[in-house]
Amino acid sequence: MQQEITPASKPSLKPKTLNQANVKGFNLHVNDKWYALAFLGPSVLILGVFVFYPMLRTLYLSLFLTNNVGRPTVFIGLKNYVNLLTSSAYQASLQATAVYVIGVVAFTLILGLLLAQMAVRKLAGIQWFRTIFSATMGVSVSVAAIFWLFIFSPSIGLFDQIGTLLHLPLVQWLTTPGPAMIAVIISTVWMNLGFTFLILFGALQMVPQPLYEAAAIEGASPSYQFFHVTLPMISPTLFFTSTVTLIGAFKSFGLIDLMTAGGPNNATNLMVYQVYRDAFLNGNYGLASAESVILAVIIALFTLLQFKFLEKRVTY
Amino acid sequence: MIQTKTRKPLRYLVLILLAVIILGPFILGFWTSLLPTADIAKGALWSTHISFANYAEAVKQTAILRYLLNSFVISTLTMAAQLLFCSLGAYAFVFLKFKGRDLLFYLILATMMLPFEAEVIPNFATVRQLNLLNHYAVMVIPFLTSAFGIFMLRQAFRQIPPELKEAADVEGLNHWQFYWRVTLPYARISLFTLAAYSFLESWNQYLWPMLTTFSDKFRPVQDGLRQLQSQETFNNWGMIQASAVIVVVPTLIVLFVGQHYFKNGLNEGATK
Repeated sequence: MQQEITPASKPSLKPKTLNQANVKGFNLHVNDKWYALAFLGPSVLILGVFVFYPMLRTLYLSLFLTNNVGRPTVFIGLKNYVNLLTSSAYQASLQATAVYVIGVVAFTLILGLLLAQMAVRKLAGIQWFRTIFSATMGVSVSVAAIFWLFIFSPSIGLFDQIGTLLHLPLVQWLTTPGPAMIAVIISTVWMNLGFTFLILFGALQMVPQPLYEAAAIEGASPSYQFFHVTLPMISPTLFFTSTVTLIGAFKSFGLIDLMTAGGPNNATNLMVYQVYRDAFLNGNYGLASAESVILAVIIALFTLLQFKFLEKRVTY
Repeated sequence: MIQTKTRKPLRYLVLILLAVIILGPFILGFWTSLLPTADIAKGALWSTHISFANYAEAVKQTAILRYLLNSFVISTLTMAAQLLFCSLGAYAFVFLKFKGRDLLFYLILATMMLPFEAEVIPNFATVRQLNLLNHYAVMVIPFLTSAFGIFMLRQAFRQIPPELKEAADVEGLNHWQFYWRVTLPYARISLFTLAAYSFLESWNQYLWPMLTTFSDKFRPVQDGLRQLQSQETFNNWGMIQASAVIVVVPTLIVLFVGQHYFKNGLNEGATK
């Protein structure tokens, strides 16, 4: 700017431009609230109507008995919560969710880490393996459910066919409680692996190579290097991945709906499925709202934990 | 070094084993989609009666292509809207000064903790009252913006050097101009990430469309597959697998092509 000004006009122009700039800056500042309204208005409106309001409304509904279209009728305080927490069916749902979430998180992390660790070393053709390992990122929930439904289907499915070949007793995968839980965990883990692999692979690539060289010179074995160099270096990413997987697992619905519909015998009746059932199949909106609040509190706690940790990581 | 050389075949063995586990369901799904359902029902998976008949049947007898189109429309609209509204919102939090800015930001941040799954009951009542049921709008309007998108782009916009903004003020650029000419190009990698994320998120929606759409005209693909799987076609495994393959192939292609560009994009961003 200043270089463009000709020497002749310099003395008179320079203060003037500065002054103008200040005036403009001042004007912009005054206009900011209108800009803010235009820029933020749509987002605030949408989040207000579809995120804030429904949370308060869910809280409110959870304190009432409701009619068949979901309108509150009788205020009953915390009775819905008391009923839920003392009902053995709801306790079973919580327990099933806990088993599912722990299974999904543990196996997703272990297998994801194994994939990432195997793919991070340079080998001929490793690029192909990296592409394959990330492939399930492109799989949506209903496709995964259909593929695995076939694999677990009785007698014609892959597992039963292999079992027959090896003369093993046949397992009714989706119609026996324990195996059904295992089946939905396997399917979910498979679906999660692509994303988890990519994130952990990225983290492993960022571990400085000299650390490994130094460890090797010191005579550290590969497993020692893994536990004392790799794991500590990627622990923030590992934590991030585990909370993301955990929150995702708490919210699981599609796979359950398609593969087991919460059965057999409510063995895979996870929390979101229970909400769906009570609200939209049984028309018990008050009770389902209380279930939603419990779900939201659990997820909010884990999200908060994640925020806190990420914040720490940024500051230190 | 010697150690790694002797371990090479073992490493390949493990890699191949893992690849088979990951690819197994894809391969099995694709393979059975080529077989006659009668053979599948007998468990004759090594049948040699290979054809694309199941695909022809799926396209002719089911609305699978319509489901794909519906999902494409819904996801594209959602993605475009999120790019616009999240970037505008993020801009406001970085470059505008107004009363209550920080409070509003923390409120929006707090909504990231609330799972949509726990809010479907009032949201269903809302869209019913707004007469949005069974239409594209019901799957787009609640997701026009996202707290996550605003948060992510805010982080990206904060990287823009303050000198750029000062220079723009001196040049007399107003906020619209600065937003359009400087902010968006500067943060294009984050915008690309948000685009991919919001598209996939919308594409994978399951519970919400299941509650709010009742006809093939608007049903997106996840719910469409559910429909196929629960209808009388239930035991027609060949056709169901063909439908699943039709659904998964486009996303796989997008993923692999996207991954290539995404990596280049990241490198480009890193060297800048």
